Amino acid sequence: MNSLASDQVMTKNDKTVLGFWIYLMTDVILFATLFATYAVLRNNTFGGPSGKDLFNMPFVLTETLILLTSSFVCGLSVLAARRGSKNQAQMWLSLTFLLGMVFILMEISEFHRLIVDGNSWQRSGFLSAFFTLVGTHGAHITVGLIWLVVLRWQMFTKGFTDSTLRRLTLFSLFWHFLDVVWIFIFSIVYLMGVA
Amino acid sequence: MFGRLDLSAFQHNIITLGGIATMGIAVVGIIASLTYFKRWKWLWEEWLTSLDPKKIGVMYLIVAAVMLLRGGGDALLIRMQQVLSVGDSKGLLSTDQFQQIFSAHGTIMIFFVAMGAIFALMNLLVPLMIGSRDVAFPFLNATSFWLFATGAVLVNLSLAVGEFGAAGWLSYPPLSELTYSPGVGIDYWIWTLQIAGVGSLLSGINFLTTILTMRAPGMTLMRMPLFIWSVLGSLALIIFAFPILTATLALLSLDRLLGMHIFTSEMGGNPMMYVNLIWAWGHPEVYILILPAFGVFSEVVATFSQKRLFGYTSMVWAIWAIVLLSFLVWLHHFFTMGAGGDVNAFFGIMTMIIAVPTGVKVFNWLFTMYRGRVHFTTPMMWFLGFVMTFTVGGMAGVLMSVPAVDFQIHNSLFLVAHFHTMIVGGVLFGAFAGFSYWFPRFTGFRLNETLGKFAFWCWQIGFLLAFGPLYILGMMGATRRLDHYDPSMGWRWLFVVAGSGVLVIGAGVGFQILQIVVSVWQRQPSWQKVDRLLRISKIKKALGLSVTENQKVEPASDPWNGRTLEWSISYPLPVYNFAVIPKVEGRDPFWVAKQTKVQPAKPAYEDIELPKNTPIGLFIAGGAFLFGFGLIWHIWWLATVGLIGVIALITIRMSDDNTDYIITAAEVENLEAQRRRSA
Repeated sequence: MNSLASDQVMTKNDKTVLGFWIYLMTDVILFATLFATYAVLRNNTFGGPSGKDLFNMPFVLTETLILLTSSFVCGLSVLAARRGSKNQAQMWLSLTFLLGMVFILMEISEFHRLIVDGNSWQRSGFLSAFFTLVGTHGAHITVGLIWLVVLRWQMFTKGFTDSTLRRLTLFSLFWHFLDVVWIFIFSIVYLMGVA
Repeated sequence: MFGRLDLSAFQHNIITLGGIATMGIAVVGIIASLTYFKRWKWLWEEWLTSLDPKKIGVMYLIVAAVMLLRGGGDALLIRMQQVLSVGDSKGLLSTDQFQQIFSAHGTIMIFFVAMGAIFALMNLLVPLMIGSRDVAFPFLNATSFWLFATGAVLVNLSLAVGEFGAAGWLSYPPLSELTYSPGVGIDYWIWTLQIAGVGSLLSGINFLTTILTMRAPGMTLMRMPLFIWSVLGSLALIIFAFPILTATLALLSLDRLLGMHIFTSEMGGNPMMYVNLIWAWGHPEVYILILPAFGVFSEVVATFSQKRLFGYTSMVWAIWAIVLLSFLVWLHHFFTMGAGGDVNAFFGIMTMIIAVPTGVKVFNWLFTMYRGRVHFTTPMMWFLGFVMTFTVGGMAGVLMSVPAVDFQIHNSLFLVAHFHTMIVGGVLFGAFAGFSYWFPRFTGFRLNETLGKFAFWCWQIGFLLAFGPLYILGMMGATRRLDHYDPSMGWRWLFVVAGSGVLVIGAGVGFQILQIVVSVWQRQPSWQKVDRLLRISKIKKALGLSVTENQKVEPASDPWNGRTLEWSISYPLPVYNFAVIPKVEGRDPFWVAKQTKVQPAKPAYEDIELPKNTPIGLFIAGGAFLFGFGLIWHIWWLATVGLIGVIALITIRMSDDNTDYIITAAEVENLEAQRRRSA
């Protein structure tokens, strides 16, 4: 391969990363729509419980810290991969997955408790908007976890190639993005909900 | 096992059966002729699995054309009902059927005809005009197309299996909620748009990346053809607007599938939230459609006036002013909601302001013609028709932007006349202009001009007949979606005129089909032959012999004396578009090159990397189809199979690193030499 060809590989990387950033921006709009809907419906409790009655703040704070740590660890994995130390990268990535998994299980248990107590999404407009917004974030996390499994498997079978490294970069962008969205959910839904 | 799907889904009345029979005959006819001519392999290898944007563009065009016929048939039924159903007569259609038909008409015309035409133009032209060999993500591009086609299949399937939505093309809740629309119609509507909409969103990401990263060296932003600028504006709108549609449809779907109360009228839901959200997408959507049409006209006017476009910079700024303002006007679709005087005044004023950049564009086109050498070809006729029609429609729009006036004519036929003036006179005329302008670029011959002009006049006159009366009817108080009225209203003769207009437009469509058939039949000597003739006549002239009339020929690959890069390649277009990526030194690069007549240096060929064909995009769309169909009919296992299929297919594709092939420099040199020899 001559130097021109490697230039093209670089461009391909740049294109993919730019395209992925644009995708993330569309996801920002998607979440913005859900946030707006939540903001409109948050007081429409229709005689049912409000956020103040439902949210267990220590639990949510734990969830938050776990997700933030997961994001941090994901960053460590990318740094390790850039240095070329495969074992560390793999290890940090496994930890990312584990923490993400704990987060999603905690969210499911929170949802489960609400439903069992008779406060499902069918109870009121507020709860519908709450489940949709938080659940959409959870669905994104789930997609991220599936992606992570595939990525780990690809790294395991192919090692660190251009394409696996590119996908690791994209994944970390995705994961940090979900982190940012969660911070907004934590602030707007939970903190403002109990205020 | 089959959810809500049982035999009653297949019971239809005579008119629906007629529609189903027509579609059935068409499908059987296509399958039979493919089998008879042994074309299945060709179809699969050359088209269905292709990642070449030129071919994907053609496929978009075919879907859009078929859907235009379907949507036009709906339009004919709507007008027929309004002519017949007066007083004691109830017409041919039941009320429910009429509602399904106007809902399907709007949905089909916007999502599958207008969007299809726009994406066809983007696929065919964006890489060629920016001097690129491909789009940024070819596989994603094919997937987008197949998702779009899946939406088109679903909307037509609803005719045969079940029913379509009957709550208008935007399905406002609470009417579209489970309480009032318990059937599958709204679900068909949701999943048709959701699947096609995700395709559009992915296309938006793809083409935005393409334009930003893959322009030929030297093509700075301010050197891009205006068509590319207008597409860029349209893409920016897609990026910002389509996620809102995705979210809104998902929310409505959650209400219907899980019993949520987001847009319901009880339990704390808020139907007006839906109306806000859908128009926060819907208003930008109309600019998504019209901006590329503006771009087409900018190219057409400059080419056929043989002049550089007047006011390039102001055209660019006008596009971006429209992009920005189009997000600040959505509330004018529901001034009657009662948001209060201040809010209505703000949105009214914003709506009036958006007429300013649009006016700038109209004047720039007219100034381009001024003192130009104007050639009255078919594309130019479409342009002139557009200027007249669009200006009238625009003024009607400014009229309606006054909230006090809007309270009178809200949801009347005046509104219907207004937006048809914009979308038929703007988007559709633009698509037709683009079609006849760029047709020879991809086929090697021009469309028949005489029949093209017949088609244009039928469309133009038919349009005025069909929609002129609606302005008057709207003023007289006729509401949209009206399937019955009393003769004492005195509306009938106007509806008869409007109905006859639809027939004249139908004749226009007939001429367009005839135009294509005749042009293919009598196509001029292909460009290779033309080139040979040109050489012969040169030799004859040099020898002092007379040149006969039929040897009077046009420049080979450049029939209109074009200005932009897509005309710089000789026919037929090679799969890699450009053997050597051109270097751009200014606007209208091909025009400049022709004026300066620089002898091209010996080209330095390089290895070209192109994507291999793959059917996975098609399969992903198949998974999306199963997913959508399963959710529509509550066949949960089918939806699960579809979803898992999609995830598995994406994983398979992402695990494949061997997706490209290389055409080596030597092979390119060979191919180019062959192309020159055959020319």
